[in-house]
Amino acid sequence: MAFLEASGIVKRFANHLALNDVNISVPENSIYGLLGPNGAGKTTLIRIINKITGPDEGTLMLDGKPLRSSDIMKIGYLPEERGLYKKMKVGEQAVYLARLKGLSRNDALKRLKYWFEKFEIQPWWDKKVEELSKGMAQKVQFIVTILHEPQLLIFDEPFSGFDPVNATLLKEEILELKQKGATIIFSTHNMASVEELCDHITLINNGKAMIEGRTEQIRRGYRQNLVNIEFSGQREEVEKILNDNFELRNLNSVKDHFEAQVKMTEGQSLNNVLSGIIGHCTIHSCQELLPGMNDVFIQVVNQKEQPSQNQKS
Amino acid sequence: MSKISLIIEREYLSRVRKKSFIIMSILGPVLFAAMMVVPAWLASMEDDEVKTIAVIDHTNLYSGQIENTELLKFDFLDEGSEEEVRTNFKESGYYAYLVIQDNLLENPEAIRLYSDAQITMDAKGYVQRSLRDHLKNQKLQTYEMEGLESILSEINQINIEIPTVKIGEDGSEKQSSAELTMFVSMAFAFLSYMFIFIYGTQVMRGVMEEKTSRIVEVIVSSVKPFQLMMGKILGIAMVALTQILLWVVLTILIVTGVKAAFFPDSEMPSGTQAQIEMMQDQNPEAAEQIASMEDGFNFNKILEMVNSLEPLKTLLLFIFYFFGGYLLYSALFAAVGGAIDHESDQQQFMLPVTIPIIISLYVAMMTFRNPGSDVAFWFSMIPFTSPIVMMARIPFDVPLWELLLSMALLIGGFIATTWFAGKIYRVGILMYGKKVDYKELWKWFRYSGD
Repeated sequence: MAFLEASGIVKRFANHLALNDVNISVPENSIYGLLGPNGAGKTTLIRIINKITGPDEGTLMLDGKPLRSSDIMKIGYLPEERGLYKKMKVGEQAVYLARLKGLSRNDALKRLKYWFEKFEIQPWWDKKVEELSKGMAQKVQFIVTILHEPQLLIFDEPFSGFDPVNATLLKEEILELKQKGATIIFSTHNMASVEELCDHITLINNGKAMIEGRTEQIRRGYRQNLVNIEFSGQREEVEKILNDNFELRNLNSVKDHFEAQVKMTEGQSLNNVLSGIIGHCTIHSCQELLPGMNDVFIQVVNQKEQPSQNQKS
Repeated sequence: MSKISLIIEREYLSRVRKKSFIIMSILGPVLFAAMMVVPAWLASMEDDEVKTIAVIDHTNLYSGQIENTELLKFDFLDEGSEEEVRTNFKESGYYAYLVIQDNLLENPEAIRLYSDAQITMDAKGYVQRSLRDHLKNQKLQTYEMEGLESILSEINQINIEIPTVKIGEDGSEKQSSAELTMFVSMAFAFLSYMFIFIYGTQVMRGVMEEKTSRIVEVIVSSVKPFQLMMGKILGIAMVALTQILLWVVLTILIVTGVKAAFFPDSEMPSGTQAQIEMMQDQNPEAAEQIASMEDGFNFNKILEMVNSLEPLKTLLLFIFYFFGGYLLYSALFAAVGGAIDHESDQQQFMLPVTIPIIISLYVAMMTFRNPGSDVAFWFSMIPFTSPIVMMARIPFDVPLWELLLSMALLIGGFIATTWFAGKIYRVGILMYGKKVDYKELWKWFRYSGD
């Protein structure tokens, strides 16, 4: 069952439609990617889920019940535009933000102690935020986001501004949170992390949800019937067969064997390719090549513009 | 509600702990106390050296006519000694010497006061006054009236002081002091003006800090923007109250402390007394007026006058108008802070907010002279100016219906501005890198959704 279900969300700003009938359904205990180019409406959707702004139309259900203001205690939100009070001490500020989320002072102190030790920033407790490096401030922010152990976590561009070390740390923490049962939504431009982390995605463009589904399914849906075959044996023979019957994209010799990328036309399968060449070489491995999320992203975003151009001509 | 109190707590503590707040809290009372103590201290430090002035009177008309005082002694010398005093002035020990050449009634310029140092105003003034009194009497004597002595002494006793009496609505009479009333109303108006300005600007800066440090979205994911805005406004209001309280208490402590340390037995000369003494030397008439006012300030009279101002009512009204005005304006200041990205943009939005405040101070100044005028009436009704203008009117007794109407309008006014500001604030704080103008603000105001 979907943990968070947003249906028919419409949000209008003065002169444009920020969200146009967007539906998302986030399964419980999954990582849900919200993708889309800049200005697509991701942050607006996230703000609506966080009750920072309200939708003009549409409903939001959390755990089967309509989302209410008191539910924001169950949500941890790391916004894209994030910061801390510069003049305030780190520990004091963390306690303050935790108490705003409804934790008692003692609970906040106990949990902060654990996390500060885990992230090795304990010595900075009494320092002012302005003395912190950017990476450390981001650790503090991450801790504050998850401290009240929310059921739903929302990270808006969590990796922007993180150095590779901290980004890896963050990734590990996100996976661990999922293991502990949290449901996570995150929006990002970093497609590598989408492939790595997201179980489901929605791709939003111009305020509309373009595609939604399981990450693997979507990638398979956009597959281009490309296979990668490693073989050794008679290169010329194989090359001729592949060229005649299929579309040979590439053929390289790698160390002691060859690698070929073959595009199959409609109706052909990997079996056809293999049976064609099997008498002429030794096959070491074969694998279908799924498009990266990057390709899917570019394809979907460009797709939208093409039909409208066609209609005009 | 507990979240608003958390925000208030943070806003309050983070400001009260600032060095600038602590410095202001100490420096303010020191300055106030200095304003009260220093004139008195200077007066007590006045040099107590006895000066002797030689008088060489060629006419012999004035010998003995200038009386010695505690600090000024006069030696009336022979006509012939002028040369001797002049040549041996340094050794003679005289502070100065006065030469009278002719009858001063006929030739008022036939008099000179010589010294090798700059002659003090005190000495010159005293000689001048003594001779003028003497000449006046002399002139009167030329009319050869009977019983002149007693007439003169009667004339010198004539003095007038007009007590002002305020008639209450029930016909009761209360003695009031025009001076005190004016002083109190001016103080109230100015205090409101200063605090609305200083702390309203602090609200704006606080909002801008949250916006530019990008913490605001983290916070509004936990609390409603309106709660954040009100928490900030109320927190800073408490800072303002703390500051006022500290100033009052510390000023009293310093003044009484100084009094105990330096003027243990005698009554401490007040600032006004020192001023009277100084003025007496330059402008006796003005000094007399102040002195008579001062005479009127015996304790019972002061108490009666203060009572005529109804201190409890005035204080409660002051608190009401101060808070009403502060809430009204700080909401607007918060909206300005939320709307802008950089400090450099604040000018165009600050101006419409500050102009009414400045106008109210001007109107308040006029109000002291004519508290019942139409201008004073209307400006004490408009919520944007009433906090300052009404405070200036209150010591002059304002009809109850006017007070109630003005208070109701102020409450309505601050609810309206807070609502209006809240709408702009809510959108503005999440809007980055956008050039904002009034058209844009209007759009924000009209956004729907909560």
